[in-house]
Amino acid sequence: MQGLGSSGKCGSCGWIGSSIGRKQLIGITGVGLSLFVLIHMLENMLILVGARPYNEYTHFLTSNPLIYLAEGGLLAIFLLHVIFALAISWTNCKARDSRYAVASNGPKGTSMVQRSLWAQGLLILVFLILHLISFKYGAEYSVDYGPGPIRDMHKLVVEVFHQPAYVVWYVVALIVLGFHLSHGVGSSFQTVGLHHPRYQKCIRALSVSYALIVALGFITEPLYVYFIHRG
Amino acid sequence: MAEAKGMNLSLKIWRQAGPQAPGSFLEHQAKGVTPDMSFLEMLDVVNEELIRSGKQPVEFDHDCREGICGACSMVINGNPHGPQQATTTCQLHMRHFKDGDAIVIEPFRARAFPIVKDLVVDRSAFDRIQGAGGYISANTGAAQDANAILVGKKESDRAFASATCIGCGACVAACKNASAALFVSAKLSHLALLPQGQVEREERVVNMVAQMDAERFGACTNTGACSASCPVEISLENIARMNRDYAKASLKRR
Ligand code: FES
Repeated sequence: MQGLGSSGKCGSCGWIGSSIGRKQLIGITGVGLSLFVLIHMLENMLILVGARPYNEYTHFLTSNPLIYLAEGGLLAIFLLHVIFALAISWTNCKARDSRYAVASNGPKGTSMVQRSLWAQGLLILVFLILHLISFKYGAEYSVDYGPGPIRDMHKLVVEVFHQPAYVVWYVVALIVLGFHLSHGVGSSFQTVGLHHPRYQKCIRALSVSYALIVALGFITEPLYVYFIHRG
Repeated sequence: MAEAKGMNLSLKIWRQAGPQAPGSFLEHQAKGVTPDMSFLEMLDVVNEELIRSGKQPVEFDHDCREGICGACSMVINGNPHGPQQATTTCQLHMRHFKDGDAIVIEPFRARAFPIVKDLVVDRSAFDRIQGAGGYISANTGAAQDANAILVGKKESDRAFASATCIGCGACVAACKNASAALFVSAKLSHLALLPQGQVEREERVVNMVAQMDAERFGACTNTGACSASCPVEISLENIARMNRDYAKASLKRR
């Protein structure tokens, strides 16, 4: 009789090819992206403080040579998350070749948020591209507070967020991001193997509150600019 | 007399002549169903009527009819094993339905569970996963003295809870991705939680997961629909243990 070790399967090279390895990669990169959006949201809150701190902080970030390293790392994490998530969604979709006539329901059902994670991801991807075009690669206004001209990001933000359609789209996209996080943050714990009956409720609560804080924080900026800060 | 009192139900049942044949829903009537009948007994009544009128009976899997073998399957109104939790189809009683109800009955649907006929699916993919490592081949020698190897009561209870998996496949049927994670993790856990399972623990998880993927089940999204549909309520904790063991084994393997 053959022992278990004789099948000749390769563990370490198989990790990234396996369903579990891929999910773990999506989970870990997802945690990285979750931390990024939290920090980004907190930075955006500077809009509530004033134009000058907002612009000076933007300048501090973008003039730091480490920014290229950070941006490169972030891009890599993001691409890994998106590419592997799309690949696994495709595999998952093919794993059921005929559809049920009646969807599962009640306690045995699956929520819309969980069924549409891939669609949320695609919407966030579109949002992100448009977001970079509007802001990072948007109009280059400049302002001088003394030590020389720096980019007037505040002016651009105020200008963009005075377009009602843009505000609506921004808010919708950020609500979708909130749903994505409400599943993703908690799910990544389970995917890497962190599960304990005593802490499950805490993990769930953390996931939902994290999503709420990030989404509400982000939404604050356009709403503040549109309704309160009339430029 | 009983027939006059019983419930009448209109069923829409998936009928498919063979693995390659196109399937479709056919309407069937169940007459004189009593509340104490099980769901399968209700189908027996339908089948007797079909046979009497010279038609093909509805094929469905069953064996023990007491919730222990995992043979019965089918998706009832969208839910594997029907609306009740912690219940197999054979233990689902008609008292959970009322006169005049319309019930849609489908097979477990997953690419890894091809339809054989009507409601019967081929679940041998589970056997192949089990064969890839769901056993112990290390020589454990002669029986030990009762207290030579201590196993905590809580560990043995959790191992036993995982071992109660009857391999019915409801987890796959319920999962939006047709993932077999709950089944595989239960089979892994009941050995991983006991001393005998330790020697081959890492090879076992790598091999069984490789077989699970080779059978083309989907990946786990942690929705929990599997555990909610499981007749023996296998816990999601097992999936986390499998994920943990798999990462560890993958990192350590040479
Ligand atoms: S027939 Fe054995 S569990 Fe239902």
